[in-house]
Amino acid sequence: MTKNDYDLIVIGGGPGGYVAAIKASQLGMSVALVEDKHLGGICLNWGCIPTKALLRASEIRHMLDNVGEFGFTISNIKMDINNITKRSRKVAAQLSGGISHLLKKNKVHVFEGFGYLDKGTVDSKIIIIKTEKEIIRKKAQNVIIATGARSRNLPFVSSDGINIWDYKTAMTPPKLPSSLIIIGSGAIGMEFASFYNDLGVNVTVVEALPSILPNEDEDISKIVENNFKKRGMNIKTNATLKSVKTLDKSVSAEVSVNGKIEKINSEKLILAIGIIANTENLGLNNYNIKIDKGHIITNKWLETDEKGIYAIGDVTAGPWLAHKASHEGILCVEKIAGHKNLRPIDKNSIPGCTYCRPQVASIGLTEKNAMSQNLNIKVGKFPFIGNGKAIALGDSEGMIKTIFNKDTGELIGAHMVGPEVTELIQGFSIAKKLETTEQELMHTIFPHPTLSESMHESVLDAYNQAIHY
Amino acid sequence: MSIDILMPALSPTMEEGTLSKWLVKEGDKVVSGDLIAEIETDKATMEVEAIDDGVIGKILVNEGQEAIKVNVPIAILLLDGEDITDLNTELHEEKNDNKSIEKETIFETKLEDNEDNIVSSPEPVLNSEQKKEFLDTNNKRIFITPLAKRIAKQRDIDISLLNGSGPNGRILKIDVEKFNDNKNVKNINIASPENFELVKNSAMRKTIADRLVKSKNEAPHFYLSIDCNIDELLNIRSVLNSKAKDKYKISVNDMIIKASSAALTKVPKANASWENENTKYFKTTDISVAVAIEGGLITPIIKDVQSKGLLEISKDMKSLADKAKSGKLLPEEYVGGSFSISNLGMYGIKEFSAVINPPQGCILAVGSGEKRPVVIKEQIIIATIMTVTLSCDHRVVDGAVGAELLSEFKNFIENPSLMLL
Repeated sequence: MTKNDYDLIVIGGGPGGYVAAIKASQLGMSVALVEDKHLGGICLNWGCIPTKALLRASEIRHMLDNVGEFGFTISNIKMDINNITKRSRKVAAQLSGGISHLLKKNKVHVFEGFGYLDKGTVDSKIIIIKTEKEIIRKKAQNVIIATGARSRNLPFVSSDGINIWDYKTAMTPPKLPSSLIIIGSGAIGMEFASFYNDLGVNVTVVEALPSILPNEDEDISKIVENNFKKRGMNIKTNATLKSVKTLDKSVSAEVSVNGKIEKINSEKLILAIGIIANTENLGLNNYNIKIDKGHIITNKWLETDEKGIYAIGDVTAGPWLAHKASHEGILCVEKIAGHKNLRPIDKNSIPGCTYCRPQVASIGLTEKNAMSQNLNIKVGKFPFIGNGKAIALGDSEGMIKTIFNKDTGELIGAHMVGPEVTELIQGFSIAKKLETTEQELMHTIFPHPTLSESMHESVLDAYNQAIHY
Repeated sequence: MSIDILMPALSPTMEEGTLSKWLVKEGDKVVSGDLIAEIETDKATMEVEAIDDGVIGKILVNEGQEAIKVNVPIAILLLDGEDITDLNTELHEEKNDNKSIEKETIFETKLEDNEDNIVSSPEPVLNSEQKKEFLDTNNKRIFITPLAKRIAKQRDIDISLLNGSGPNGRILKIDVEKFNDNKNVKNINIASPENFELVKNSAMRKTIADRLVKSKNEAPHFYLSIDCNIDELLNIRSVLNSKAKDKYKISVNDMIIKASSAALTKVPKANASWENENTKYFKTTDISVAVAIEGGLITPIIKDVQSKGLLEISKDMKSLADKAKSGKLLPEEYVGGSFSISNLGMYGIKEFSAVINPPQGCILAVGSGEKRPVVIKEQIIIATIMTVTLSCDHRVVDGAVGAELLSEFKNFIENPSLMLL
């Protein structure tokens, strides 16, 4: 039997990979982590975190524009987009440094380089690591592939970093454009739309499906769409991008809206039409690892068809969310460690958040999904306009919708749009995990005055017992 | 005011029972004396009668629910003119009533001039129904999510049978959903279910199991066998029956009961049972006779056999056996007894040994009477021989005592006229 260098090698240091590495080490395994670019992955460096820093700036801008309502008069507000992006980069750098420290503290051996699989044996998988200086060969009993994903291009249009932006350029624009087309209205597209709109950019959103935020509940999407339109955004649904012409200092997009071709001119264009998994050059064909629609296939314990090789996060099936990747990392490491009583991930219990203004957060089935599964449901809705704290905050747009299985009282979906709902959704995540019924939620005492009271009222409303609506 | 129908005590010692069947449903009209439910105790099934006229307003326990304590409400009877809504408010008021009653007992005098004062009880008291929801048979708390609990209730699944896969064995929704609707299976993975059928053990089967295991574990059994010539007994029996004119029919078994009693009277040391600190010697011979019934067996008792004639014994036996077969025995008709007889002669069993019926000291296992060649006065002749085997609890009956009893028994069987003395 060959002696392995490590019990586990993790390829990829994003929120899936680094969490898996730390957990494995805590469980007593010898662990190496291979990261090509930056610890923390897209999430921390070019995704979740820096965009939140940007959105914080646009929220402040929005507040400054509306201070009059609160009794202030401010004049001569100046904004420097470079200072805004600088802060965003600083936040990302601070956290990436933090990850490095955490890995060191947990005795995870970090290799900076591109890692891929070479032919090995059942008990001894071989990882080749190409660093700047050398090629290193390491053996491990188990491998976790956590290489993530990148933004998708269209066959006829790819980001060039000048007029057609990918997320990186969109996060570090050299200057604010006067106008911007955003293709795709998922979480990423909507966050950029909200950000640039609040900073005064003329934004057009192009979505191929009938509603923006197409994965969210229709009621929620509608509220966001109305808000965006009120703010002057140009929202085009049922609209497909046909072609993009790059002019000298602008782009001209041909969009088919409900079958009619429209020409939209804009200074810049952002492609936010989804992701493709990073599966190339990983040596997957050296092992029995299968791919479906670009993503690595795993079983419910995140193991590929090759025993001892696992895949987690964006490189596997969706939803492509950082917290799902981290949770998968923990689960698959515990599986490797032989823990008993593990529970596979329930995809209906993964919350999703979008940090546009107004914020959107949801968990479980939408009303439409529930109907299509022929579930007998009860739906509760509560608008933030009925919530004292929301009114006091001056931020009362939005609502909370809860969906229960009428037969069992199971909370099968919760959908929120409005102030700080991304912080509120965890309450429903816990409720779902603990398998509460409407009874426990109704009998829970929510503090007053808080936004969370709207969660309570929404549940009460599902059973026609709302007090403030 | 509605009336609670309580779990009845079918015998002075009964503590709990199973509601095996509801004979009425919610909304049914009943008049006093109507049968409303069947209750199964460890040995008998009995019917519960309505004690008032009214309408069944609410059934509080499900069919098949076990271990219902005596005096726990099992249904609510609505009196004339009441309907369910009255009942709901009443249930609510009743809760408060209970609280004030508790309080009254503590502050008897104070409450007199302050009757309307409803004081909340210091801590919620679980009624037995609620307790059952949380406790398993060993009174251990069952951890279950609210959703799982509700689904289990909706599907009428006993949560004590579920294996929880959540943290610390907490029962989750998925565990309830996975649970094979066959309620009896604790572990459904044991083998392929096509190869067998699982039948829930009745209260009777469980009692038989408990008692016989206890007997074999605690009572050191020893066995004595003897052959009895029953030709004379058969003669006397046919003479008696020929005069019966169909008014009675004495069986061999009736005569064996009588002979056992006569033998026990002669050897009172064997008419005894072990009680740890004491040995109990019975002054009467109360003979338990094993009767096979649907789903098990039961041992109704013919009491005071020493003072009964064959006719009375025969009548008692017939009546008890009928009651036993229809599940109508009253507890006092099968609880107790000083000695048991088990007769498998009618099946052609030559001889067997029986398990003592605790806490009794002996049981007599009776084989079939068959014609065998026997040697009498140096001659081989044909006689009807019955082999009996006495199982004795050595703690109370020693070998010599058992042998003495058996030899007396043989004497009475072979010389039945002695029983007339």
